[in-house]
Amino acid sequence: MSSLYERLGGQEGLDKAVDIFYRKVLMDDRISQFFEDTDMDVQAAKQKAFLTMVTGGPNNYTGKNMRDGHTDMVKRGLNDSHVDAVVELLVETLREVGAPEADIQTVVSVCEGARNDVLNRDAAPAQAPAAS
Amino acid sequence: MANIIELAGEKYAVGENETVLDALLREGISVPNSCRAGACQCCMMRAVEGDVPVKAQVGLKPSLKEQGYFLSCSCQPTTDMKLEAPGEGLHYETQIIALEDVGAAVMRVHLEMPIDYTYRPGQFLTLFSPDGVARSYSLASLPAEDVLELHIRRIPGGRMSTYIFEQAQVGDTVKIGTPAGDCFYTDGDLQQPMLLVGTGTGLAPLWGIIRDALGRGHTGQMVLFHGALNPDGLYHRNELAALAGEFANFQYCPCVMNGGEDDTTLNVGAIDKIVLSTYPSLKGWRGFLCGNPDLVKMLKKKFFLAGMDMKSIYADAFIPSPQPAEPATV
Repeated sequence: MSSLYERLGGQEGLDKAVDIFYRKVLMDDRISQFFEDTDMDVQAAKQKAFLTMVTGGPNNYTGKNMRDGHTDMVKRGLNDSHVDAVVELLVETLREVGAPEADIQTVVSVCEGARNDVLNRDAAPAQAPAAS
Repeated sequence: MANIIELAGEKYAVGENETVLDALLREGISVPNSCRAGACQCCMMRAVEGDVPVKAQVGLKPSLKEQGYFLSCSCQPTTDMKLEAPGEGLHYETQIIALEDVGAAVMRVHLEMPIDYTYRPGQFLTLFSPDGVARSYSLASLPAEDVLELHIRRIPGGRMSTYIFEQAQVGDTVKIGTPAGDCFYTDGDLQQPMLLVGTGTGLAPLWGIIRDALGRGHTGQMVLFHGALNPDGLYHRNELAALAGEFANFQYCPCVMNGGEDDTTLNVGAIDKIVLSTYPSLKGWRGFLCGNPDLVKMLKKKFFLAGMDMKSIYADAFIPSPQPAEPATV
C-alpha cells in the first residue's frame, strides 16, 4: 500500500485518529485557547482534512489554503511553540493508532514543510542553494 | 449519457468524470468548498430525488445520510438527481387542535399533521403565526400519533409565545415549514447506552427521541437528565416517571439549580456537574443535547473529552430570537 492514509484504514481509520488527536488538542493547555470558541463539528472536519493531508490521503490543499486558514490565529499569537505542540500531539496520536515510525517521520516532515505557511511568514532564508 | 442535476429550478448536465461540485462551479454556481476530497465536509448538499452514491456519503453522520445529505465533491451521479437549494422547502397550512398549559410557563400545542408530512422525532420545524411571525420549535410527537406536538415556552415580550398564550384558539390556521435538523435516533446498535440532557423545553425533542428509540426496540440503557432553575421549571414529570416505570432500561433524572432540597427525587446543582459526576466515562455512549446554547456547547465538549465519539454526539441548541425594542406606547 502506498500511503500511511491507506495503511491506517482510509476514511474510517482517520475518524478514529481524529477523535484521539482532537481530544488531545482540546486538553492541552499550550494550545487549547485557539479552539475554545470554535464549533466542534467544523473543527473536527478541519482536523480530519489536516490528518488526511499529512498522511498522504486524497487532498487538494495548497500553501495558500494553509496560509489563509491560519491568518486569524496568527493575529491571536500563533507561533512556533504552538506548531511544535501540535506536531508533538500528532506524533503521539499516530503512535497510539499503530503507525510505523518511518511513516511518522514522513508526517513530521510534511508538517515542517507547512510550518511557514501556517505561521504566515516567508520561507526561512535558504541554507542551501535553491534547486530551481 | 450525462446525468442531469436539478437545483432551484435549473438543470445542469454533469460530465463523464465530473463531480456535482465541479459541474456546479463550472456553471458559475457558488458552492462553499475547501478540500475537495471528502474530508472537510464544507460542500455538503442534500438530494431530494435520485440515488446518492455510497462514496459521496463516506464520513457523514447516520442521521445526515438518512436524509440524503452528501458531499458534492465526492459525488459522481449514477442517476439524475434533484438537489435542495438552501432555504428551499415547502410550507404547509395546518390547524391548532389543542392547547394545554402544562406548567413551567410551557404550552403544549397540538397541530393537525398535514397528510404528506414526514419527520423524525426530535427534528424541528418553523411555525408561522397568523401574523407571519416565524420561530423554530422541536417536535415532541411521533409520526404514528398523527398530531404534531410542540412545547412552547412563554418568553416575556416574545411575539410568538404571546400569540400562543394570549390569542391562539383551537381552530386557528397556522403555517409550518418542512422538518429540519439531524438530532434524532438512528437505528444501529440497539444496545448502545444513551445519555440525553436537556434544559427547559429542550425536553421536547428528547421526549420524542426516547419514545422513538424505545419503539424501535432499543434495549441499551437510556438516561435522561432534564434541568431547570427551580422545581417550578420542570414539566412532564409524571409522564416521564411513568415511562421509567414501564421501561426498565429508561431512567429519568430531574435536576434543579435551587430549591427542591425537600424533594428527594430531585438532583440539586449544576446539571453538567451532576451528569459528569454520575457518568465520568462515556466511551461507547451516544449523546443527545438540547436546549440552552451555552450549556449544549459546553456539554458537547465535555462529552467528547469524557470519551464519546464525535459522531455519536447529537446536539440541537435553541437559539433565542432577538426581542423587538419596547413599543413607545401601549
